[in-house]
Amino acid sequence: MLTLGPIAFAAPWLLLGLIILPILWLLLRAVPPAPIRRRFPGVALLLGLNDDDSQTDRTPWWLLLLRLLAVAAIITAFAGPVLNPKDDTPGDGPLLVLVDGTWADARDWARRADRIDAALAEAARDGRTAALVTLTDLPPEPPVFQDAQAVQQRIAALQPRPYGPDIDDITAWANSLTGNFDTFWMSDGLARDSRDTLLAALETHGTVTAFQSPRPIIALRPATFEDGEVTVTALRAASGTESETTITAMGLDPAGIERRLATATATFDATATSAIATFDLPPELRNRVTRFEVQGVQSAGAVALTDDALKRREVALLAGSNDREALELLSPLHYLEQALIPTADLIDGTLNDVLLANPDVIILADVATLTAIETDAMIEWVEDGGALVRFAGPRLASSDISRIDEDPLMPVRLRIGGRSIGGAMSWGEPKELAPFADTSPFFGLQIPKDVAVTAQVMAQPDPSLASRVIAQLADGTPLVTRKDMGDGSIVLFHVTANAEWSTLPLSGLFVQMLERLAISTRPSTPSEEDLAGTSWTPEDVLNAYGDLNPADTLPGVAGEDIATATPSATMPPGLYAGEDRRIAVNVIGAGRELAPAIWPARIAVEGLDVVRETLLKGWLLAAALVLLSIDIIASLALSGRLRGPRAATVAIALIALMIAPQARAQDDTFAINSTANVVLAYVITGDTRVDEISDAGLYGLSNTLFQRTSIEPAIPVGIDIEVDELAFFPFIYWPVTANQQLPTREAYAKLNRYLRSGGMILFDTRDADLARFGSSSPEGRKLQAIARGLDIPALEPIPQDHVLTRTFYLLQDFPGRHPSRDVWVEAAPAGAEIQDGMPFRDLNDGVTPVVVGGNDWAAAWATDRLGNPLVPIGRGQAGNRQREIALRFGVNLIMHVLTGNYKSDQVHVPDLLDRLGQ
Amino acid sequence: MSDTPLTLRSHAESLAAPFPALLADAEHLASTVLVGDHGRRRAGVGDTFWQYRPAQNHDEMRTIDWRRSARSDAQFVQDKEWQIAQSVLLWVDQSASMSFTSLKNGTTKAARARTLALATAILLLRGGERVGLTGNLLPPRRGEPQIAQMAALLSQDTAADYGTPDADNMLHHSRAFFVSDFMGDIDAIETAIAKAASRDVRGALVQILDPAEEAFPYDGRTIFESMSGSMVHETLKARDLKSRYLDRLAQRKDRLATLAHQAGWQFSTHHTDASATSALLWAFTALERRA
Repeated sequence: MLTLGPIAFAAPWLLLGLIILPILWLLLRAVPPAPIRRRFPGVALLLGLNDDDSQTDRTPWWLLLLRLLAVAAIITAFAGPVLNPKDDTPGDGPLLVLVDGTWADARDWARRADRIDAALAEAARDGRTAALVTLTDLPPEPPVFQDAQAVQQRIAALQPRPYGPDIDDITAWANSLTGNFDTFWMSDGLARDSRDTLLAALETHGTVTAFQSPRPIIALRPATFEDGEVTVTALRAASGTESETTITAMGLDPAGIERRLATATATFDATATSAIATFDLPPELRNRVTRFEVQGVQSAGAVALTDDALKRREVALLAGSNDREALELLSPLHYLEQALIPTADLIDGTLNDVLLANPDVIILADVATLTAIETDAMIEWVEDGGALVRFAGPRLASSDISRIDEDPLMPVRLRIGGRSIGGAMSWGEPKELAPFADTSPFFGLQIPKDVAVTAQVMAQPDPSLASRVIAQLADGTPLVTRKDMGDGSIVLFHVTANAEWSTLPLSGLFVQMLERLAISTRPSTPSEEDLAGTSWTPEDVLNAYGDLNPADTLPGVAGEDIATATPSATMPPGLYAGEDRRIAVNVIGAGRELAPAIWPARIAVEGLDVVRETLLKGWLLAAALVLLSIDIIASLALSGRLRGPRAATVAIALIALMIAPQARAQDDTFAINSTANVVLAYVITGDTRVDEISDAGLYGLSNTLFQRTSIEPAIPVGIDIEVDELAFFPFIYWPVTANQQLPTREAYAKLNRYLRSGGMILFDTRDADLARFGSSSPEGRKLQAIARGLDIPALEPIPQDHVLTRTFYLLQDFPGRHPSRDVWVEAAPAGAEIQDGMPFRDLNDGVTPVVVGGNDWAAAWATDRLGNPLVPIGRGQAGNRQREIALRFGVNLIMHVLTGNYKSDQVHVPDLLDRLGQ
Repeated sequence: MSDTPLTLRSHAESLAAPFPALLADAEHLASTVLVGDHGRRRAGVGDTFWQYRPAQNHDEMRTIDWRRSARSDAQFVQDKEWQIAQSVLLWVDQSASMSFTSLKNGTTKAARARTLALATAILLLRGGERVGLTGNLLPPRRGEPQIAQMAALLSQDTAADYGTPDADNMLHHSRAFFVSDFMGDIDAIETAIAKAASRDVRGALVQILDPAEEAFPYDGRTIFESMSGSMVHETLKARDLKSRYLDRLAQRKDRLATLAHQAGWQFSTHHTDASATSALLWAFTALERRA
């Protein structure tokens, strides 16, 4: 290898070829470009005219230079030039490649993997054995040195971990090292206690070179909530310059799609290693935040998960007597609303509606009995983790609920009547509250002197009563009782929620009690004692790149570990669910600071951006190609051949080269035309006849809709699913032909997005469903192939009571050109049953995303622009009838697309019953 | 344009259709006069009455109009209006150089020259003139059959590089119409015009040029050949020749214009990318012009 400055040549002998360049110069110079022969009558006038410049019979010097450069580039290229050749002395003996493999590595892991690969490839070239060890995933035994190429295979499987290495493990592993080897340490750049001890241990075995990327490391501390604002602290390892970091709050929007909810900027001062970003979010939005991220940084450290600490609870309030014409202050819910509005989201409505919203807490103020269905639903909800809080009242006292047997939705049995104390007709004073026992959730709350109870419902003494009482009066009668059920609990206040029976709702204690019951509370960080002995199951865990994945098979974690809030291999960072709350374990703890790793001067540290060995052969050959291309154009121009169409071609080619990478400008007119009106669309299959029929069919259907309904569609359009935006169209007709192209991956993504967001596709195999969607018809097979990539729910043949049968016309047949009855739609939910007196099931589901059939509807709908049918259907009058029914099916279909399950609404049942003649 | 006689004629006729009959000036052509259709607004040989004039001594007795004379004492002679037919001789260059074209639609100079010449001939024939070709090819005659014969003769090509006008045996005082690119030997052209002028032949020269000949849009190393390949000129930088070529072309045009002026002829240059009608219009006015 010959080295010239920063360039070395693998085959330097080939450079001798450069000697021929001067000879080539002479040769090329002597040979001018070949002349063009032109017939030209005006030659008579040219006779005797001499060229001015006798030099021009030679090739011009710049063209010669161009060609020589091209030749020189080719010769040099094949001489194998290498930029920045690695001329370091190859080490000998085994090589240990040590990788920190923490979250801080994740941001540029691909480049790190490349560097590891390069190190191992070098070792392989030098015939060294190697071992690859990740500090966050330490093997139990000392490293086994293998063939470096074999180790290279493992790089693909190497992934960073979302936590730091464990110092005890490292110490133990360092002590187990034997033999002599060199170490290549791929550092993540963060200071760590374990680093020095390990470095000392490694240096006893051989030389250590370190690798440390100069890229900034940015991390987030957990979000904290203070004074209505959420603050997030960003950390960086190295200070020095003033910089800004954008932090985004991510969460689900109301449609359930994760998106960026808010952004804030944290500005690092030049000398600071931490910066604070403040989010002033409305509570509604704050509840939705699931995590904070540093924008543009893919690392688990740059993600701060939020848990219940930021959440507002949803509380549903229900009172037994809404019809009472009473003063506002006597309303059983008034004090609850006042207490809860600042800290919780209140939900109103009937019990059924409220249960659909799945609130955290349901408060029943003086509601005595529930229907059997409501009771079952409520029990289910409580067992799923709901908290049911009941207040007593006249209604509860006078009912028979929980009298003989304990009601499942009551914590205790009640005695008849309750008691009244301190009134005009009773003995005794109003009772005060006894201090809370230390087992009570209210333990520690100060009891104001003016809280007095004048009436209450009485608990029936039971063996279990004592354990269920969490607050009692001075005379020992239970005031608040609680029992657990499933994941949830049921609490009963034995007084009313208004000031009728006690002054408790008037006091601050009431609010504090509600907080303690986790109704309106913002739980502070639980202490270690709180967590001791508890068990937590991971719900979602972070990987090193900051992606949140569901934790499927991970084992539970003990509360003591959660309390340390330090992620490890057994407790990856993520969300952990306990009995009644969720706790986020973040990569960066609350008090964590970052500092850059400092290496002793004796260690050679290499940065990521070190100049790397670059083979120049490809570049030189490309340059030669470019030069020769220029030579072609220049030669043409010189010899006068670059004229007319050729010049135009060259110009177009050049312009095309320059313009090609630019994206095709979106055609706005398409979007405007498609959205200005309802436009039905069909998929262009490439089969001209099918496309014509689709177009004519949708035209006929649009016309019918225009005449008969309030839907007034515009002219239908054909769409190319690869190119066109689908979201503009409520309905897409997709005729399946045997030889149409399968959609590409991008098109599938687009189609799935379309189906999920409420679009409908009518698949039509046009084969009369002879194959019954088996694989015996080419269209059926093609449909199966197409549908494989689509997000299509379970299907069923269209049931008799499907909403499609009554969205506009009452239909039971759905013929097109063929009268087959097999039309498939999204299957009804499994539990739907016909109720008595109802002609159809109560299927309040959405629009079926697909309708699949083979009746060739477009042919039946097809008309020309004058409204004359294009395709013969059936015979005579029956055929006309079939065409009419086909059109009615089309009308129903479009109505269904545009109005959804409107006709499922039970409001229409009487009318429909009338018309059905039942 | 195809050069078969039939298409040539139909093209020429369609081109000639919009024009009024061309009245050739026959002012000085007494000796070649044959009785024709055109009154010349003066007394002479003809069929229609022109004027009564007192008889002169040289008048023969039989020419005296006795009916007019009877009304007075003197004798009168009835003059007829002088009616003549003009002879027009056409020469169209049929040499190889005329077959050049640089146009996309393929209109060669020859095609344009033939169409133009024949159209003029048709106009003249319709006006009652006698039209023929120079060089004893086709003596001037009247009537439609002449058109067909002329078209057939014009459709022939000659192998020579450049054409020379043939001015032999031209009728005295007739008219001549030469169509060519005039790229050939200028002396031969000059001789022909001089010979024609010596017989008091007036006429028009139309130089048909291709746009490429006018613009010289060539570049680079080029070997220029005449159409038959007999004449060759090689250059390394065709672009450098452009200005000098254009100078020479201008000189040539200038020479032709001077020649025409000296002989009392008209000269014009027509390009094949221009409308043929404009050239016909020019020929119409040039041949109608009185000297």
